[in-house]
Amino acid sequence: MSGEQTAAIESDIEAAIREDHPALITYITAGDPSLEDTKEYVEALDCGGSDLIELGLPFSEPIAEGPTIQAAINRALDAGTTPARFFELVDELETDAPLLVMTYYNMILQYGSEPDVRPFVERAADAGLSGIIVPDLPAEEADPLRDACDEHGLDLVFIVAPTTAGERLDRIMSQVSGFAYVQARLGTTGARADVSNATHDSLTRLSAYDVPKAVGFGVSEGDHAAEIIEAGADGVIVGSALVDLIAEHGTGDAPAADALESKARELKRGARRGGEQRNGHEQGREEAPEPEQP
Amino acid sequence: MSETESNPPAEDEPNRERTFGDYGGQYVPEALMPALQELEDAYQRYVLDNEDGFMDEFRERMRDFGGRPTPLQRADRLSKRYDREIYLKREDLVHGGAHKLNNALGQVLLAKYMGKERIIAETGAGQHGTATAMAATHLDMPCEIYMGRTDVNRQRPNVYRMRMNGAEVNPVDAGSGTLKEAINETMRDWATTVERTHYVIGSIVGPHPFPRLVRDFQSVISAEARDQIQEQAGRLPDSVVACAGGGSNTMGTFHEFVPDSSVDLYAVEAGGSSLEIDQDEGLAPNSATLSTGTDGVLHGAMTKLLQTTDGQIVESHSVSAGLDYAGVGPELSHLVDTGRVTPASVDDDAALNAFHRLSNLEGIIPALESSHALGFLEEAHEELGDLVVVNVSGRGDKDLETVLEETENRDLDAAPDVEVFDT
Repeated sequence: MSGEQTAAIESDIEAAIREDHPALITYITAGDPSLEDTKEYVEALDCGGSDLIELGLPFSEPIAEGPTIQAAINRALDAGTTPARFFELVDELETDAPLLVMTYYNMILQYGSEPDVRPFVERAADAGLSGIIVPDLPAEEADPLRDACDEHGLDLVFIVAPTTAGERLDRIMSQVSGFAYVQARLGTTGARADVSNATHDSLTRLSAYDVPKAVGFGVSEGDHAAEIIEAGADGVIVGSALVDLIAEHGTGDAPAADALESKARELKRGARRGGEQRNGHEQGREEAPEPEQP
Repeated sequence: MSETESNPPAEDEPNRERTFGDYGGQYVPEALMPALQELEDAYQRYVLDNEDGFMDEFRERMRDFGGRPTPLQRADRLSKRYDREIYLKREDLVHGGAHKLNNALGQVLLAKYMGKERIIAETGAGQHGTATAMAATHLDMPCEIYMGRTDVNRQRPNVYRMRMNGAEVNPVDAGSGTLKEAINETMRDWATTVERTHYVIGSIVGPHPFPRLVRDFQSVISAEARDQIQEQAGRLPDSVVACAGGGSNTMGTFHEFVPDSSVDLYAVEAGGSSLEIDQDEGLAPNSATLSTGTDGVLHGAMTKLLQTTDGQIVESHSVSAGLDYAGVGPELSHLVDTGRVTPASVDDDAALNAFHRLSNLEGIIPALESSHALGFLEEAHEELGDLVVVNVSGRGDKDLETVLEETENRDLDAAPDVEVFDT
C-alpha cells in the first residue's frame, strides 16, 4: 500500500486501516490526568471501536497544539509523566488497535544518553508501538528517524498540510508509511463545529496517490466523520474532542471512560455511514463491486 | 577612510545551506514548510542579490529612520581603568534604543517586498516588540505582538510603546508567561495565517532561513565596527565582546570578524544566580545556554538548549529579561563547538555592577543585557589584549525600575546610593 519498496509486507497500521475500513483513529495525551487513567481510557477507546490509537507523549513546548491539548500536556507533565513511565504504561497495554506515539522531536532525540533517535525507536518497538508521528518533523529532517523506524519495523507517519503541494507533496507521499495524516485546516489542533473546506480540497488533491489517508485537526462529531469519509478519506483522526471529555470529567477513578467509549462509537458509526454513502455514490455511477463492510 | 583590510563579501558556506555544522535545520510543522521556502527564496533575491534595490532601500531607511551608522566610541575612563584601549559600539543610539531595529526594519521591509499583508512577532522584554511595532508603523503594515503575561506585567512601558505605535499586543497565559511561550504562540498564529502573514522572529533563532536572515540584517554592526576600529585605532582589535541571549546582537557584532583569526570573539551569557539546572523542578537559575546547554531541538532548530535529561525545556532566568531564553542561535552553537567563539558568563550581581560602572564612568546607561558584556570586561580584561571592542547593544532606560529594585536588595560595589530617591 505504501510504496513499491515496502509493499510486500503490510504493516500493522495499514492492516488495521484496511480491515475495518473506514478507520477511526483516536488520540489522547498519556498521563492526562494520570498514567493509571490513561490505561483505562485507552481500553475504553479500544472497546469503542478505535482502529488505531495515538498516545501523546507530553513535551513542554507543543507548538502544533491548540489550547485543549496544551492543557492536557500540562496536566500530564504536572502528573510526572516521563518517557520512561510512558513506555512502562505501553508495556502493560493490551489492545486490539495498534498504538502509535505522537510526540515532538526533542523528546525522541533525548531518550538515550546522547542526542540520538535510535534508543527511543528501539524502546518503542520493544513496548509494542506500531508507529510514530512527529508534528515538528517535516520530511526534510526525517532521514535519521525514518532509518531507525525502518530498522525496527515501525511506521513513520507524515503530516500533509493544506499548504503542501507540488514537488514536496510528491516527495512526502512517496515516503509515507502507515497512512498520510491529512491536516484538515491551517493552524493548530482543536475541536471545531464544522468540517473545513480545505479538507475537501486536500482530499481531491491527494486522490491520485494510492496511500491510505486519514484526516485530523478539528474533527469532533460523528457527522464530521461521515462527511470526511464520504469525501474520500480512509480514516478520521479525533483528539481534542476526546481530551475535552477527559478534562470535563476531572480526576477520580477514570471517570471519563464511559464517555470516551460512547464518543468513539459515535465517531465510528459516523465513519461507517460516510463509507456507505460513498459506496452508494459509486454504485450510482457505475456497477460498483460489493462493499467491503459487513 | 584610511587603509583598511576588508573581507571578501562571499562566504565559504552557501547561504542556502540549512545548517551550521550539526546545528540549525527546519524542525517545524509541515504547514510552515512552504512559507519557509518562500522566505528562503525572498532572502536570496532581495537580501543577497539586492533585487529591486531592496538592500539599498533598507540601508537608506536605517540611515534616515534608524540613525545609522552608530559611532564606535573610545571609552576614555574605562580604557584607563583597565589599562588598555576600550572601544564601545554604540547600538544604544539606534532608533528605539537598541540594535533590535536593524532586524525588525529589515524583515518588515522584506515582508512588504514579498507581498505579505500582516506582521506578527514575539517579544520577551518588549524590545523586539517595540522595534517591530515601530518598523511596521513606519512601513504601514498591520502588526500584532505576542508577549507572555508575566512580561506584560513587568514591562508595562514597552506594552504602551507598542500600542502607541498602533500594534495589537496579545498576552500569552501559557506556562511561565515569558519569551518561550510567546514564541510558541506566535508560531501557532503563523501556522494558521501563514499565507498572508510574515513572522518577524526577533533573534538568530528559529528554522532556516531565519538565523541567516536575521544575522545578515544585524551584521551591519560588525561591518561598521570593523571599518571604524581600523580607521580610529589603525588596526583590527584583539578581541570583540558581546552579550548573548538568543544571539542577534552577538552574531551581528561578530559576523564580519569571524574570518579574522587574530580577533578573539567572546559571547557573554547570563550566569543568573547559579549555573546549575534543577532537574526535578525543570528550572535553570541562568540563561547560559552556550556554556552549559546540551544539543536538542527547540523552536525549529537544532541548537544548544537548557533542558532536562528527558528533553523538557527548562525555565531560564536572568535579571536581564532580554537574555532570559533557554535556547540560542544555531550559528553560535556551531561557532562555539568549532572554537571560533568563546562562551563566558557573568552573573546577575556582576552585570548590575557593570550597569552602574558604565553609568558612573562614561555617562552611558547601558541595557542590562549589554551590562553582561561590560561585566565580562571587568572580570576578564587581562585576557582580552590591548585593543577591545565591546558592543553596547542597547540603552538602559527601560531597566531603571528593575535596577533600582535589585540594587536595594543586593550589596553592589559599583552602585551609587539609590536611597537618595526615597523621600
